[in-house]
Amino acid sequence: MHIEPVKEKGFYDFLGRQVEPKGLIGWLTTVDHKRIGILYAVTALLWFLVGGIEALAIRSQLAMANLRLYSAETYNQMFTMHATTMIFLVVMPLAAGFFNYMVPLMVGARDVAFPRLNAFSYWMFLFGSLLINASWLFNAAPNGSWVGYPPLSLFQYSQGHNYDFWLIGLQVLGIASVAASLNFITTIINMRAPGMTMMRLPVFVWMTLVTNFLVVLAFPVITIALAELMFDRTYATNFFNPMKGGLPIWWQHLFWVFGHPEVYILILPPMGIVSEVLPVFARKPLFGYPLVVGSGMGIGFMGFTVWAHHMFASGMGNIANAAFALTTMTIAIPTGVKIINWVGTLWKGQIRMRTPMLFALGFIYQFMMGGFSGLMHANAAHDAQQHDTYFIVAHFHYVLIGGALFGLWSGIYYWYPKITGRMMNEARGHAAFWFLFIGFNTTFFPMHWLGLNGMPRRIYSYSHAQGWDQLNLLCTVGAFTMAVAVLLLFTDMFWLSLKYGEKAGGDPWDGRTLEWSIPSPPPVYNFEEIPTVKALDDFWITKHPELLHHEEDSAAHAAGAGHGAHHVHHDDHGIHMPGGSWFPMFASAGFAIGAWGLVHSGGMYHIKEAIQPALDAAAKAGVSWDQLVSTAQTVVSSKTPDAQNILNVVNAESVLKLQACYNGVKTAIVGGVLGVLGIFLWALEPIGGYYIHKEKEEHAGE
Amino acid sequence: MSSEVLLDNPHEMGCTGLPHRKILMWAFLASDCMFFGSLISTYLVYRGHSTDHPLPEDIFDIPLTSTSSFVLLLSSWLMVLALSAIQKGKLWEFRLWTLGVAFFGSIFLGFQVYEFTHFVHSGLTLKQNLFGSTFFVLTGTHGCHVAIGVLWLMSLFFYSFIGGVTKERSLDVEIAGLYWHFVDIVWIVIFTAVYLLEYII
Repeated sequence: MHIEPVKEKGFYDFLGRQVEPKGLIGWLTTVDHKRIGILYAVTALLWFLVGGIEALAIRSQLAMANLRLYSAETYNQMFTMHATTMIFLVVMPLAAGFFNYMVPLMVGARDVAFPRLNAFSYWMFLFGSLLINASWLFNAAPNGSWVGYPPLSLFQYSQGHNYDFWLIGLQVLGIASVAASLNFITTIINMRAPGMTMMRLPVFVWMTLVTNFLVVLAFPVITIALAELMFDRTYATNFFNPMKGGLPIWWQHLFWVFGHPEVYILILPPMGIVSEVLPVFARKPLFGYPLVVGSGMGIGFMGFTVWAHHMFASGMGNIANAAFALTTMTIAIPTGVKIINWVGTLWKGQIRMRTPMLFALGFIYQFMMGGFSGLMHANAAHDAQQHDTYFIVAHFHYVLIGGALFGLWSGIYYWYPKITGRMMNEARGHAAFWFLFIGFNTTFFPMHWLGLNGMPRRIYSYSHAQGWDQLNLLCTVGAFTMAVAVLLLFTDMFWLSLKYGEKAGGDPWDGRTLEWSIPSPPPVYNFEEIPTVKALDDFWITKHPELLHHEEDSAAHAAGAGHGAHHVHHDDHGIHMPGGSWFPMFASAGFAIGAWGLVHSGGMYHIKEAIQPALDAAAKAGVSWDQLVSTAQTVVSSKTPDAQNILNVVNAESVLKLQACYNGVKTAIVGGVLGVLGIFLWALEPIGGYYIHKEKEEHAGE
Repeated sequence: MSSEVLLDNPHEMGCTGLPHRKILMWAFLASDCMFFGSLISTYLVYRGHSTDHPLPEDIFDIPLTSTSSFVLLLSSWLMVLALSAIQKGKLWEFRLWTLGVAFFGSIFLGFQVYEFTHFVHSGLTLKQNLFGSTFFVLTGTHGCHVAIGVLWLMSLFFYSFIGGVTKERSLDVEIAGLYWHFVDIVWIVIFTAVYLLEYII
């Protein structure tokens, strides 16, 4: 194998782009989907530790009646950040890690459609997650729950920057998600290998496609909602201000039009993973592949029709309640179809109880439990009793841990050998599973009872008289049991198996899909030659050619004929790999700086309005803004009003706050300009990179 | 810049026979539909909820806004001519029409700046009432889209002088055109929902 750089000269040479990615710079400038996938997953797992510590802090505070481990204000920040972290910084990016690493391998492509846009998505995600967590350093972590309902979240009632961090942080994360989704939609539709028709796509790829359509269609709605709330807080608009006729419930509608599809954004990728794992470990094809795909699309579509079931208790009226109860119950049908098909896959299979399979089975059972409690409060009358109690907390943790997280862990154990080239230890994997399974059910099953006994959600503490002591203690014990499982996973993943695990080889599980047909870890170009796909589960058919039906074969030839055009390029040049680029990181750093500025402009017009009389007085006395600021500094430090009696201590503090807001706006403008500049430079940058030539002898040797 | 990489770029075309960027742009426009959909529904939900004056009937000047809307729609026609020119390799025609699109877009923006200034002088601000909040944020967001489009087209215009826009790369223009037409169509919806509706209901 030898490498021939693309010959190019010009402006971009001064950046010292690497021909072949190496070392730290290789990671910072990478556009390789496999490296970006690893970055996504590792970042998500680090935030998983943070979110887990927040969960343990919540459970410790609730372990016994009347505890005061830390202040109620900190507790509010704790549960808000726990939810925000787990949803936006753990489950979504961990799934994105799998999209990145696996989708190109599974459709038989060398990379995603837009490698630099892909890198941009990762850096935006990283900076957004850092921004939202930087709030802890200012003791201004978001503190009004992850739904951020006004009027509580308006400036009049929350004057710190807590909500500004939350609003702008989510906005940045949204840009990252939408950019990534546009990329994956294009990749899946447009970069399938010859013969890989849509109905031969692995189910995980299908679920990725559906998820990414949900992201593209649901995130704009939250973008607008966040922007409107941000305008309310910073520019004193009236979107959610009841004093001026605004409707706080309009926020709830916008939030949940996003929020419910978001639930499926979280659960569909793990459903895809489970649909890959079950056939491999039951050694049978997936039962009812078209139905599983179709019900996945059905869930995605219906995800947009059920949002108001989060608002049954808000007084929408009987007709709206009945309509949304009906749509919500209907969504159980495609979900049930999936579960039946998974069970059908297991039926009469030769089941191998390896760790990925354990987690997949745990997923089916627990997701079903979460589904049943979901059906209970799909009934609006029932929900009136359960809304905002621990019953709901139990329900969505069954779906999000018992469902999404078990599915993602199954994916980790399943694809770890492909990504690292080493097997994970089975004994430690089984131990992790049982600790997580028992710990999870111990934590969350009792919460059903607590909720039905009236324990409200987001409560800081409770008294003995309420009779919730024993069950709460049990929940806390369960939470720490889960922590043991997490420690087992982390030591295994990042240390023991990574260093001492046995070598995996290309196909350790006797897999069915294309990613197992190449070495582990895959070479940088993935496929030496783009494969031609003949059937569903193509790699399995390649290993067992007698299974290929005649009709499918001829269909493959017909389909393959129309696909020949796009891979003739490589023959004379070798395999082209795009060059690394600094600009994705540069552009997203610019936008992150801008976002930082926007956070600090929060409350600007409200503050200005409050001190308008003092500002008018200053203008009348001919005091410039700069003079006023320096006067304010003296007033605040000396704690006495100034000589002209324009500023008292309170006003002076507001002047300084206003000055900080103005600086924030300036920072936002500078950051935005840098970001746009980055995008311009990136658009003009040649692809560059290098060609890999495989020698003929090597072909023979492999 | 190596022309070999650009023309013979294996990363451009996909298995559906469509270029990647076109699929990306269509998916983005779907996303943008939801974006404007949320803003327009906010405007409509809050219609008639304002507690203070000025209200739409106090300040709208329909003939003025109709004129600027007509200019924006004309720009879409010029966009079609620009694309057709570059697809035939007529570089100078392309430059002329592109400049025309950007110019018409700028006229629209000029009208908007005038309208906003006039409204603020008539007492309608972001914080005056719900109408102000919803109106400025909705039409302002659309104005930002137009401004981005103008910047994009001007970039293509200047880029054409260093050989960046050619018959073979007319896709660049086509993508910009998709965006421009979309922004125009959104304006038709906004113009109907915000301005014309006042005369119907």
